[in-house]
Amino acid sequence: MASSAELDRVDPTAEDVLLNYYRRLYPFKQLFKWLNRGPERTEKESRLFPYREFAFTLRNEAYLRYNSYPSDIEMKKHVCLLTPSRFEIGPVYSAQPKDKKTVRPTHFKAEKREVVFDIDMTDYDPIRTCCSDADICKRCWAFISIAVDVLDKAIRDQFGYNQLLWVYSGRRGIHLWISDKEAFELTDNQRKAMVEYLTVIKNGKEPGKRVNSRVGSRDLPPTLKDAIEAVREPFDDLILQDQDCFGSQEGFETLLSLIPDKKLVSRLREKWSQTPDSPSYTKWDEMKAEIKALKDKTARQTMRHAMEDIVLQYTYPRLDAEVSKHRNHLLKAPFCIHPKTGRICVPVDPRRIREFDPAKVPTVGQLLAELNASNSNNNGEHLEDWQKTSLKPYIEMFEQYANSVQEKPKMDLSW
Amino acid sequence: MYQAAKHSSKLQKNGLDDDLSLVEGSTSASHRLSLYDQPPLYDITVEDFETSALDRLRILAEIESSAARNRSWEETKQVTITQCGKYLPLNSNSALGIDLQSERRKDQLGHFVLRLAFCRSEELRRRFVKAETTLFRVRYETDDSNERRAFLDSKDFNWISVGSEEKNKYQAQLTHFAPGKSDTERENAFKSEPFYKVKWTTIPDLVDKRKVFMKGGFAYVPAREQASIIYAAFEERLDAALLATSRAIPLVDEETRLNPILDNLAQGFTAGVPSDWHFPLCMRVLHQTLRRDRHIQHFGRLHYGLFLKVLGLKIDEAIIFWRKSFAGGKGSDKFDKEYRYNIRHSFGLEGGRRNYPAKNCLQLHTAHEAGCPYRQLENSPENLQSALLSTYSGQGLTLDDLPEIMTQVKKKAYHVACTRVFEITHSRHVKKGEGLGDGESVTHPNQYAARSIELEKDSQEPKMEVD
Ligand SMILES: [Zn+2]
Repeated sequence: MASSAELDRVDPTAEDVLLNYYRRLYPFKQLFKWLNRGPERTEKESRLFPYREFAFTLRNEAYLRYNSYPSDIEMKKHVCLLTPSRFEIGPVYSAQPKDKKTVRPTHFKAEKREVVFDIDMTDYDPIRTCCSDADICKRCWAFISIAVDVLDKAIRDQFGYNQLLWVYSGRRGIHLWISDKEAFELTDNQRKAMVEYLTVIKNGKEPGKRVNSRVGSRDLPPTLKDAIEAVREPFDDLILQDQDCFGSQEGFETLLSLIPDKKLVSRLREKWSQTPDSPSYTKWDEMKAEIKALKDKTARQTMRHAMEDIVLQYTYPRLDAEVSKHRNHLLKAPFCIHPKTGRICVPVDPRRIREFDPAKVPTVGQLLAELNASNSNNNGEHLEDWQKTSLKPYIEMFEQYANSVQEKPKMDLSW
Repeated sequence: MYQAAKHSSKLQKNGLDDDLSLVEGSTSASHRLSLYDQPPLYDITVEDFETSALDRLRILAEIESSAARNRSWEETKQVTITQCGKYLPLNSNSALGIDLQSERRKDQLGHFVLRLAFCRSEELRRRFVKAETTLFRVRYETDDSNERRAFLDSKDFNWISVGSEEKNKYQAQLTHFAPGKSDTERENAFKSEPFYKVKWTTIPDLVDKRKVFMKGGFAYVPAREQASIIYAAFEERLDAALLATSRAIPLVDEETRLNPILDNLAQGFTAGVPSDWHFPLCMRVLHQTLRRDRHIQHFGRLHYGLFLKVLGLKIDEAIIFWRKSFAGGKGSDKFDKEYRYNIRHSFGLEGGRRNYPAKNCLQLHTAHEAGCPYRQLENSPENLQSALLSTYSGQGLTLDDLPEIMTQVKKKAYHVACTRVFEITHSRHVKKGEGLGDGESVTHPNQYAARSIELEKDSQEPKMEVD
């Protein structure tokens, strides 16, 4: 095995590295199966795949759109020829994207596409205290893991979708692909409605309240009551303990800015200014005690709502809404290599999201080294190249997912 | 005789199956209300074809005009009922001595003819869907309650009545959405309120604001919200049907005898009552001149043409628009020779192939012809005042507003005057001093029009209120 220092020297954007990866490891067959949604590939029976757009980012950062292929075989050939540093998946169009220039614009429309969600660590910069910008560690990954947990449950339970594929974005975020037939066929208007339903936090850098959770002074709607239940414990562990979000002057000022009761704010500020570094859970408890002591019932109610909103603001998934609203949006394909980290965009099991450690995701350098090592001690067993590497469990997960997406013969339920 | 059936079979060949194959069993219209999921499949005359469409168009134009004039819902309803009585009576089953089938046929036919005419651009589709949905709403609200019940039960709206076991299971969640102002009121209402569930995709506009309970892909809705579900379903299906039709119809198909009629209908709608409602005075003046004289001078054509282009008029629509506008004045030969080139030129399709931008206020201030009327009529205040009154009195501008506008004109603050007119004529949306919103003032005729259209869009249908 190569040492990790040597692995780090492998350039994930070098042509030979990419070529080797695409030629020997990238799961084109499974990708085809997933996107084609139909039966196994036969001579001419590729169904949806030829209508799907792929966009390539070449090594010189040139961007090539509207590529399409009859099947994975042609795609693999072209990808090996271009050796792009990464590529994205677009929608299924009404005509083959490669013919875009020759078909009439009215006959070239984005028609169908998986519903996608993008959660990026940058949107958590205002609240995470361990890292900033492009950095990520196991500790702040916890924000992502709460987001995955809440979103995965809400989408399955409330929207009734089951074909969810979570994919690590290679550095500091995660993507979700929903392939259920109904989701695949949603109009832009319906996509927008779904995203808005699931969007509670308005992203941005300015401090202050970013939660849009309830109508007036009403209770939380059922979906957010569920969410609150799910994040209560992580809020204690992550926000109050690990990240200690209110353990500094700046941190507790942010908290105070979210409290609508002016008198309560000034009492707390006075107290906390004495000990600005006291732990978050102490401050949280002090705030709770103050609320309990409020005489006025309405004031208590208002503060109870404010506390719920604070919990949501610190833990509810922060979505990049624009990604999800339109069918023609492009999103990086699973199993691409992140050009900066060299890590593979691998699928993640949402049930085991808490155990997931971004630092343990295989890099392309590591995979190619594993492949070389396995070649030198071939024990005669016939295996595909990817099966000899630590990519194996991820591709198996992907294959299973692709199998679940196969559509049954069409049944017309229109009315 | 023209065969509507033939026409539709031709459409089917072109791939309209999505639209037309949704046809269900029964042929005769047993209800007054219709979702128009079944195209007419009987022989009709070209005359029927045209009359049914023209009569319907009058009603839709009046509905658009109501929206543009900010009529209240009750007023809109009354006006629409009156128009319908004149041009498109549609009686309930209980009406005696009336040929109900022929009324309903005319209703169906007109609707489907207009679909063909208005599927051709996104803007036309949007306006058609909006006007048709309003018409449907007026009829739904005025329908006899028994017949409405029968209509609802007759169609598979894909909604499922929530049984008592399920209702109790989700009591806590459903109570949140029951009608009432307090928890106690809602708890009481929950007991008596029946709930229905529909696929959430049917009512995205209620889902996005979390105004319904969601479970397993179904949205649970209290009975009193059924109407908004139906309107949404009507709107969405019509939208999809128009899109399918637009793809099926070749853009220019001079062969069919219907095209001139369809062009004419669409043009009537485009150049109809309300479209210039959103324009600033400069463009209103050009529009009025064109309508009155069937001709405007070169710079007028240029400024107005570029303005319309930026507003979203497509090249083919532009040629139709100008040809119709000049009809009666100039022969079509002359039109083709003289103007076709100019229009194509302004769209960047001829000559230097530049896609010319529309003129902004500064450019119009200095234009000698067809420029800013506030500037050009500065020295004849009577003319300016009468132009303002005749143009905008229908939009809320009164005599009392004139002095402050004229003061600005005298100060040569033409854009302030124009901005003030915008505020007065959009007083429902902007307060004095807010300009086009956020204090922005007018710098471009297209900015004026775009903002006006945007405000109108924002204030469409009253939305469901849970509170
Ligand atoms: Zn960190």
